[in-house]
Amino acid sequence: MSQPAYSSAELMIVNAARLLRDGDVVFVGVGQPNLACNLAKRTHAPNLVMIYEAGVIGAEPARLPLSIGDPTLVSGALSVVSMYDIFANYLQRGNVDVGFMGGAQIDKYGNINATVIGDDYAHPKVRLPGSGGSQEIAAWANRCYLMTPHQKRRFPEKVDFMTSAGFLDGRASRLATGVRGGGMLAVVTDIGILEPDEHGELILTALHPGRTAQEAIENTGWALKTAPNLRITEPVTENELRILRQELDPGGIYLKGG
Amino acid sequence: MTMTKLIPLSEAIAQHVHDGDTVYAAGFTHLIPFAAGHEIIRRGLRDLVLARATPDLIYDQMVAAGCARKVIFSYMGNPGVGSLRIVRAEIEAGRLEWEEYSHFGMISRLQAGAAGLPFMPMNPTAATDLERANPLIRRVKDPYSGREVITVPALNPDVAIVHVQRADVNGNAHLWGIIGEQKEVAFAAQRVILTAEEIVDEAVIRSDPNRTLIPGFIVDAVCHVPYAAHPSYAQGYYDRDNDFYLKWDKISESTESVRSYLDEWVYGVKDRDEYWQKLGAETHARLQVPPRLSATVNYGEY
Repeated sequence: MSQPAYSSAELMIVNAARLLRDGDVVFVGVGQPNLACNLAKRTHAPNLVMIYEAGVIGAEPARLPLSIGDPTLVSGALSVVSMYDIFANYLQRGNVDVGFMGGAQIDKYGNINATVIGDDYAHPKVRLPGSGGSQEIAAWANRCYLMTPHQKRRFPEKVDFMTSAGFLDGRASRLATGVRGGGMLAVVTDIGILEPDEHGELILTALHPGRTAQEAIENTGWALKTAPNLRITEPVTENELRILRQELDPGGIYLKGG
Repeated sequence: MTMTKLIPLSEAIAQHVHDGDTVYAAGFTHLIPFAAGHEIIRRGLRDLVLARATPDLIYDQMVAAGCARKVIFSYMGNPGVGSLRIVRAEIEAGRLEWEEYSHFGMISRLQAGAAGLPFMPMNPTAATDLERANPLIRRVKDPYSGREVITVPALNPDVAIVHVQRADVNGNAHLWGIIGEQKEVAFAAQRVILTAEEIVDEAVIRSDPNRTLIPGFIVDAVCHVPYAAHPSYAQGYYDRDNDFYLKWDKISESTESVRSYLDEWVYGVKDRDEYWQKLGAETHARLQVPPRLSATVNYGEY
């Protein structure tokens, strides 16, 4: 059987979906994370519980939500609570397994910048949207994941502003702060997957079929290490593409690119 | 028979919103009170401190119209679309003050304000840059464990504006769907302006007391303003106008197109009813939602 053609976005979404486990309670973002979660729920993780920072628990969206507060998330959900409750009782209390992060920059230790580009907060060169829920999700979800195109400007050695904590400047430094979550455990790119080593440094642990370690190294802003047992990710299947294209994003809003 | 608080929106804004006030127009994506925002623009109010977790298009428009001196926020984007161009450009140009929190920090400020507490503690997150950038985010020692907790000060806005699905003339309000921070803002604020899709008999409110998130006795004005949330939405009443959120991304690319938008859709109409009629039948049809009713709740006759 020949390998189906797919976009970079589809490749990342499929690989992110595979990181989810059946029964996980996952804090979902809009866009690609939303597709990854819905794909997982329709394949290997039917008992996935999707919660949204707008306060929706157990959403079963009938259409693709453009915003994090789309009414389709509410109709048919298990519960809808206030924003204070979602962050306090659900996230801070430790009831969230997985957080999907976004951001303009992610550094060597998985720290994320979604606030400002440049080193002067008071006079920002580029003003980004800011934390939203991500500062607390990065701290308190048991496992955090991120999807991003593999580009040097997105992977600096050190973020300009630390909106959300990864491993700070090494695994021990995060542990010392006593925050409950496990930190940034996988970054899925269009080239492969980065995971933290024993020091909390993100290293290349997997390549997508046809991609090379050299490409990943050239597109990373620090001296990217490669795991000794570098694996190749399982090819994207016809079934995964069918669910994405026909059921989840028929308009191709988030599937294009690459 | 109790006294009615029902007045036109224009009067409510005139009576309760003043230059320099800290205003919180509530609603996380849902029930955003655009009609009130537009009325504030038409009145030409100035030097407002605009607080919202997500400034959204409503504050982009109010900032564009010159109403604001400062914004307080926790996520400054066009939700699901991208950048909130006007607020962003004003901040980058150094023309607009800002104060920033995470969502949890922002909402904790309201929770403290609503509960009459001076501040709210939160667990540390290990990311300390925002704490360094915003001196109002502090740490205290937990007197029980001795560990440090993060604190944010109470936010008690001068005015809260809350849109709801239905309320009685005294301001007892039912809302459902995403309930973001509406209850907290209403309790935290000094004055509360309520806009409602429907004004209902008090008996309707009393038929489902668990759904009453805001009691009338903390409300100052009740305004009957159908479709007040457009281009945001009211769960069960009309859909979010995602097309407009995408369109605003283009409109807000230039000062001229923003100016002509405001001229046509804010200054050029006298109220929300005229705005809604102007949107036209095609938009009305596009935003219509078929009903999906909940199972009935039996409170029992005692």
